[in-house]
Amino acid sequence: MNNIGLTHLLGISVTLFFIGVYGFLTRRNMITMLMSVELILNSININFVAFNKFLYAHALDGLFFTLFIITIAAAEAAVAIAIIINLYRNYKSIDVEDADTMKF
Amino acid sequence: MLSATYIALIPLLPIACFVFIAWVGKTWFPRYCGLLGTLSILTSFLLAATVAYRYFMFAGKLNGAYQAIAVLKFQWLQFSPGLAIDMGLLLDPISVMMLLIVTFISLMVHIYSLGYMKGEERYATYYSFLSLFTFSMLGLVLSTNIFQIYMFWELVGVSSFLLIGFYFDKPSAVAASKKAFIVTRFADLGFLIGILVLSYYSGTLDFQTLITKLTTHTPEHHQIVKASFLGFSALTWGLVLVFMGGAGKSAMFPLHIWLPDAMEGPTPVSALIHAATMVVAGVYLVARLFPVFSLSCPSALQVVAYTGIFSSFFAAIIACTQTDIKRVLAYSTMSQIGYMMFALGVSGYGGEHGLGFMASMFHLFTHAMFKALLFLGAGAVIHYVHSNDMKDMGGLRKLMPITHITFLVACLAIAGIPPFAGFFSKEEILQAAFQNNRLIYIVALITAAITAFYMFRLYFSIFWNKAFHAHGHNSHGEGGFAMMLPLILLGILSVIAGFVPFGTLISSDGLPLLTEFHISFSVLPVLLALTGITLAFAFYKKESAAPQKMANGMGAIYRASYKKFYVDEIYLFLTKKLVFNMVGRPAAWIDRNLVDGFMNLLAKITETISFAIRKLQSGKLQQYAIYFFTGVLAFALLFIYCWK
Repeated sequence: MNNIGLTHLLGISVTLFFIGVYGFLTRRNMITMLMSVELILNSININFVAFNKFLYAHALDGLFFTLFIITIAAAEAAVAIAIIINLYRNYKSIDVEDADTMKF
Repeated sequence: MLSATYIALIPLLPIACFVFIAWVGKTWFPRYCGLLGTLSILTSFLLAATVAYRYFMFAGKLNGAYQAIAVLKFQWLQFSPGLAIDMGLLLDPISVMMLLIVTFISLMVHIYSLGYMKGEERYATYYSFLSLFTFSMLGLVLSTNIFQIYMFWELVGVSSFLLIGFYFDKPSAVAASKKAFIVTRFADLGFLIGILVLSYYSGTLDFQTLITKLTTHTPEHHQIVKASFLGFSALTWGLVLVFMGGAGKSAMFPLHIWLPDAMEGPTPVSALIHAATMVVAGVYLVARLFPVFSLSCPSALQVVAYTGIFSSFFAAIIACTQTDIKRVLAYSTMSQIGYMMFALGVSGYGGEHGLGFMASMFHLFTHAMFKALLFLGAGAVIHYVHSNDMKDMGGLRKLMPITHITFLVACLAIAGIPPFAGFFSKEEILQAAFQNNRLIYIVALITAAITAFYMFRLYFSIFWNKAFHAHGHNSHGEGGFAMMLPLILLGILSVIAGFVPFGTLISSDGLPLLTEFHISFSVLPVLLALTGITLAFAFYKKESAAPQKMANGMGAIYRASYKKFYVDEIYLFLTKKLVFNMVGRPAAWIDRNLVDGFMNLLAKITETISFAIRKLQSGKLQQYAIYFFTGVLAFALLFIYCWK
């Protein structure tokens, strides 16, 4: 256990990913769900950086993707929060279970 | 001398007038549209008269024979080298004569309508339709090409449809216009197939080339005569089918049912279209293709002859029992056109044998005059009495002197009493029939007698019989100057038209045909006609019970004739019972059950499936997410373990 290898980083990434998925599926609060999505995105980021570092050290593609995803995540957070605010205005709640009018 | 520029104006003026009235005149100055239409047709008539004068006097003759001159011809649509639809103007004796008749009768009807249609709500529309009709008819007679004639033929049909249905708020008028259109369209189907057959074998659509190719004896020609279908040669089929189109327009026997109903239109229209011009289009068509009929295909000419004589006789019998005066005139028109048809049918080509052709054209000419006069006179009577029925009339001779005299002249003309116009032309026809076919001759003689009877039955019932009882308002007189002028002009022409030396102008081969006049021959027809008149005089001069007794005595024959021999009923049976039940209903069933059924089945399947799985769309976001992740997982497992 002297060196941190690729396996460790992938372990963290997988853990974060499934925590995110679990949170997305179980939490009813939309803010929390948004946070779970961010977790999923970050796990992907770690994945990219790890593979870039260990497999293609001479290239920068993975890093670019990471930066790109961070940007997207920021934009996505803005949009998501706008949606949540609108939902709150309509339903007086941010519980995802309450917003279920779009059904057969 | 015969320059295309002013000849083209003859049909172009009416169409310009039609477009102008329909676009501008109708909205801005509807009251003056009648005058405008009349002026344009007057110009056309003057031009036509000039053309006729120049053609017959100077320009038409070459070595003593009248030539067909195509003054204008341009290619309009080419199918293959040699086969093209041309548009053009063809002058030959019959087209020049028709040009004169059509413009003249049309002018008379235009003038007459100034009085008759006055105050009508759709006055301007009426005149625009009249102009359209005149244009189509002129285009028809001037055609150089069999396809051009077909197009104008259809245009004539359309304008006839529009004018029959002019009073479109009357259900009977709507039904009549529909009937006329459908029946003539059905006949035109035959015409079109005939055109295709003829042009297939001759390789051209141009009249002059077509006639030359189908009458000169070459190996190709032999081929056409030999090629047979159901026992007749292809040429016979082609000509009989073309004749079917002609029979439809000219109201020959099985296709005549539309003509009596067409009387629902305004009376001047009946005079123009359904008496003097459009209905003779069939005769004109046969005359146009006459060399082919006569030289190459006598059997088709036999069909023409027997159809003509049968229609003539059949219509004459029906005319004796009808009480609507316009219907009597309609059946008499049919009968007279039958005369023209069988005259063509018994005629040969060239020289002495061409007597029938010349007689037919002569009768067409005189018939146009006196039949238009009869209709216009009937229009004046209807205008006065406000009824079409003979029973409402009687004793009008003092009240309508001009109408009375001119009507009498026309009746004498149609009955064939010398020296009125009809006598001369009928005489020629009977002579032609006598020389060629005795059976036709005898039937024609009987028909002539019946004609005299029913025309004078009409005359006495309207003008003598009982005293006239005015129903309600009857303050206005006989009709204005506009209505009387055409009656007088046509009356004069009905007397003198017979003296035209017709044989020198029009004959089958263009060479002058000098006709001899036999007093001994004309004694019999004139005597028969006088008998008919006397009979009518005895029955209808005074109101009496004799006609009714006679009718009762005839029993079934009278009833059959009164019901027009049940032809309409037979058609209704054929269409409604047989065609609708045997073809229409099964077709409707297939459409409703098989075609629609298949589509409905597809829709039903989709509906059932989607109804079954509709609960999947629950509106719960996280459920969707679970489906999504499950799907991704399934794909991942698939790719990892099954994708080799």
